[in-house]
Amino acid sequence: MPEEARFRSYYGQPVLQEPAWEWPVPAYLFAGGVSAGSTLLAVGADLTGRPALRRAGRLGALVSLGAGTVFLVADLGRPERFLHMLRVAKPTSPMSVGTWFLVAYGPGVGVAAAAEVLPARWRLGRLLRWLARPAGLSSAVVAPGVAAYTAVLLSQTAVPAWHEAHPELPFVFTGSAAAASGGLGMVCVPTPEAGPARAFAVLGGVAELVSARVLDARLGLVREAYGTGRAGRLRHWAELLTAGGVLGAALGARRSRAVAVLSGAALLAGSALQRFAVFEAGVASTRDPKYVVVPQRERIARSRDEAGVVGQPPRQAE
Amino acid sequence: MTEHSLYGPLDDVAGEAGYDDHPPRMGFFTDTSVCIGCKACEVACKEWNGVPADDFDLLGMSFDNTGHLGANAWRHVAFVEQRAQDLGMPSFDRPGDGSGPESRTDFRWLMSSDVCKHCTHAGCLDVCPTGALFRTEFGTVVVQQDICNGCGYCVSGCPYGVIERREGDGRAQKCTLCYDRLRAGEEPACAKACPTDSIQFGEVDELRDRAAARVAALHERGEVGARLYGADPDDGVGGTGAFFLLMDEPEVYGLPPDPVVPTRDLPAMWKRAGLAAVAFAAAAAVAFAGGR
Repeated sequence: MPEEARFRSYYGQPVLQEPAWEWPVPAYLFAGGVSAGSTLLAVGADLTGRPALRRAGRLGALVSLGAGTVFLVADLGRPERFLHMLRVAKPTSPMSVGTWFLVAYGPGVGVAAAAEVLPARWRLGRLLRWLARPAGLSSAVVAPGVAAYTAVLLSQTAVPAWHEAHPELPFVFTGSAAAASGGLGMVCVPTPEAGPARAFAVLGGVAELVSARVLDARLGLVREAYGTGRAGRLRHWAELLTAGGVLGAALGARRSRAVAVLSGAALLAGSALQRFAVFEAGVASTRDPKYVVVPQRERIARSRDEAGVVGQPPRQAE
Repeated sequence: MTEHSLYGPLDDVAGEAGYDDHPPRMGFFTDTSVCIGCKACEVACKEWNGVPADDFDLLGMSFDNTGHLGANAWRHVAFVEQRAQDLGMPSFDRPGDGSGPESRTDFRWLMSSDVCKHCTHAGCLDVCPTGALFRTEFGTVVVQQDICNGCGYCVSGCPYGVIERREGDGRAQKCTLCYDRLRAGEEPACAKACPTDSIQFGEVDELRDRAAARVAALHERGEVGARLYGADPDDGVGGTGAFFLLMDEPEVYGLPPDPVVPTRDLPAMWKRAGLAAVAFAAAAAVAFAGGR
């Protein structure tokens, strides 16, 4: 444990507001990641002739996008006004940027998934089958943005644990998205066709684990918000599940369907817990004023040093 | 967008927001050295703006029964009880004989009326995805209640913990610097009600001059702890439209000592996210190129 930080405060009260967001927001982070990764897997499967992986990817992408949209709307204070998001396009607001990413991303996902379920004997079914590949490609162009922007969404805040994490968080989140969508593919697709899903899952899981460790090593005081309490417990389990899933995917999932399903489920769970852990770390970092005051005091002291200011600032009372 | 549209000093805040012809930037100078903690500002604000007055419990924090700025507290009077380190020499003067700092006892009471800072670079305004938050012609920052859909982003975007979603209403709420009164040529309700002129309303440029003179006068009188908070255009939010004269460090009043608008790092954040997105797409390509 680091030495208890000494700082002054107003009766120990928080400086910042606690995030207004609740569980639907981390749930959306997870669902959006699953959707983006599944879209890439579906498009790859379509182009390389893997119909089962294509079908699972397209349907998985639509279901998770649908769930994510419901989460997003549910967390609004005025859900009936969700369309107000489309009033403006605002580059300084990652939520606005993300909204337009989703607007660009969603239709292709919908068309590709509909092509999987509508029968070919219907005229609409045939039309959709013809459209499915270009539609999938159109959403695949935006999918990496959908997976990565959510890191900026959290970091573009005054919440210490989210803002301080901004260099690594996009890699944690895209890694988590790849691990989860690869995991979903391993659960849903027979092993001979699931090779790319396994590889994507392993690459993503490793990226998630490594970038989370890099983040830990770089963070200052706010590392404590990630390592303790609810966030710490969630993070611990996220790491175990993701590591287990990666091992299973790399070693056993090729031969055994049971191992594939188990590893895939572990990767999905690990990815979800990672999102909730990051979310909870942010909430915890707004509750304790030390995460605001101590780093800002250190920053002031550093800039004083750089400016060559001698002596302490006036401190009249204790 | 100009060079300083995300961070740094900005001379013409309303002009940057797109107003060609606009009044001067208006704001508050809250001189806490003369605040007497009467809370008339809190009451006047609630009366004028229809802000709910829901609980009157004392919080165990001196005479503070508001706690923190939020959806239902657009002004908040903080009460700090302090014992000075220097107890001074014992004296035989009668209480009230002196009036300068030499007459102080070992106890002092700091009172300060906190309010939305109406930042030059406002974190809440930058992140708002609906355009509900906007910059007024007076350079202030206001939520349009008919637009806000309660996404909650501004709540986490503010480095001062000012704006909050109102329970039961669902929309974000904060000080408007009495936008309606300003348009009618009136001063904001809190400043109007303040009996000691601790809350001064006016043109920001003029208030800054006034504040600098006041700090100098206090320093001359031996109040070395007096300092301005938010008056420096070179600070992390480009200076604030509502700034303060404090008698101690900001964190003692529950204020962040060196707030920075999160938007400062936006270009760096998108760069990293772009890299991560490319890596994500590349991982998918590699996964299929492996071809097993």
